[in-house]
Amino acid sequence: MDPFRRRLLALAAAVLVAIPGAARAQERSITVASTTSTEQSGLFGRLLPAFTKATGIAVRVVAVGTGQALDIGRRGDADVVLVHDKAAEERFVTEGFAARRQDVMYNDFVIVGPKGDPAGAAGADIREALRRIAAARALFVSRGDKSGTHAAELRYWRDAGVDPASGQGAWYREIGQGMGPALNTASVQNAYLLADRGTWLSFKNRGELAILVEGDRRLFNQYGIMLVSPARHPHVKAAEGQAFIDWLVSPAGQGTVAGYTIEGQQLFFPNARAERS
Amino acid sequence: MRMLQALADAFAMIGALDRDVLSIVGLSLRVSLAAVALGCLVGLPAGALLAIARFPGRDAVVAALNALMGLPPVVVGLVIYLLLSRSGILGPLGLLFTPAAMILAQTVLVTPLIAALARGILEDSERELGEQLRSLRLSPWHRARTLLFDARFSLVVAVLAAFGRAVSEVGAVLVVGGNIAGSTRTMTTAISLETQKGDLPLALALGLVLMTLVLAVNLAAGLVRGHAMRAYG
Repeated sequence: MDPFRRRLLALAAAVLVAIPGAARAQERSITVASTTSTEQSGLFGRLLPAFTKATGIAVRVVAVGTGQALDIGRRGDADVVLVHDKAAEERFVTEGFAARRQDVMYNDFVIVGPKGDPAGAAGADIREALRRIAAARALFVSRGDKSGTHAAELRYWRDAGVDPASGQGAWYREIGQGMGPALNTASVQNAYLLADRGTWLSFKNRGELAILVEGDRRLFNQYGIMLVSPARHPHVKAAEGQAFIDWLVSPAGQGTVAGYTIEGQQLFFPNARAERS
Repeated sequence: MRMLQALADAFAMIGALDRDVLSIVGLSLRVSLAAVALGCLVGLPAGALLAIARFPGRDAVVAALNALMGLPPVVVGLVIYLLLSRSGILGPLGLLFTPAAMILAQTVLVTPLIAALARGILEDSERELGEQLRSLRLSPWHRARTLLFDARFSLVVAVLAAFGRAVSEVGAVLVVGGNIAGSTRTMTTAISLETQKGDLPLALALGLVLMTLVLAVNLAAGLVRGHAMRAYG
């Protein structure tokens, strides 16, 4: 055998060894499309081992923005979707991509900004805070990525009667990225932004930022869960996916959600209703 | 200060052989090496054939191939994502968000790079040997093989460049792999994730681990090449 052919064979052998090893799949596993807030806050790190221990089903989480997570579900690339944009979730159900959505838990949004608070936004009224930030033309970082948090932010601006697009290119900065990058950007530029409390609490690079606005009932942030419709996508692991949902809304799952804390603060508040239809 | 801390963290991580870090390092290596191996299987013969072939429009093909070296990883990732998605043509394979999908995406990224670099290297040796080979009336395929064998030590740099591109890219593996913990999380997607979480020292430490790894692979390749040159050169 000539050396060239031998080398070709060795290469082929290396590939054959590498690929099956890399493509090994878990026996019983589901794919969950969820948001960066649930993953990056560390909640899944607590939740999933408990679920896998109880049922033997492994959970693979793809953590992206709510908009993208719903799109992954629509394409049939996930079995379960756990996100936080109720209007978009209900559209998902109406379109037939899921049979129903269930409440799981909520956390809240906060306005984070420079400790000195140059716009005087601190308080418990989100609408007043946004009006003051806009009036002061203080730097504000927006996710701009069609995530649940971005959708909520745009809703609050509407409620406040301010069009942030007027500050585009000046004080209002859409970065088109996740919660973490938005916090990093705000930290560097000493800007205001809307963040979910969970990601904020687990965020390490805070710089001069602090929570300035919290406690407004409008800042309530509901998470919902849906099984991707097996009628729409027959390969969906319906039994395992439903087992995950059932566990999450059961007392065991809800208790695990409530038990997750950072710096002594509870991040997510379970509020699943016990009924099943 | 932060750099120093990161450096200390990185060495602590390597020293402690942290199991999570090890499995991430292992996946990065496996995916990128498999992609480079597949890329070589296609790219080296393609580059060799292009080096000896003479046909109208060859310059345009060479230019196009060279341009493909600049394929944006995110775009490759997106195209592979759409193909492998359950709603895409290759959906029934169920490969999205698996290491196999990541290997596929990186193979698409590195194959043109290997072919283009090999073409450049082999055209030089074709200039030296071409006359001789043509006078032997060998088939193009046979001439390509001879050129590849003759330039095998110079081609190592093309393979290493491909490995460097594969192991350091984040766009493609993030999109088709999904950065799933314990399943499709590589060094680069882990670094990106830790940066997003604001844990910059950990991100930097992982970055140092990655660079150490790349350096080790390059050193190993250099050693093997030196040894082979002495033995067979």
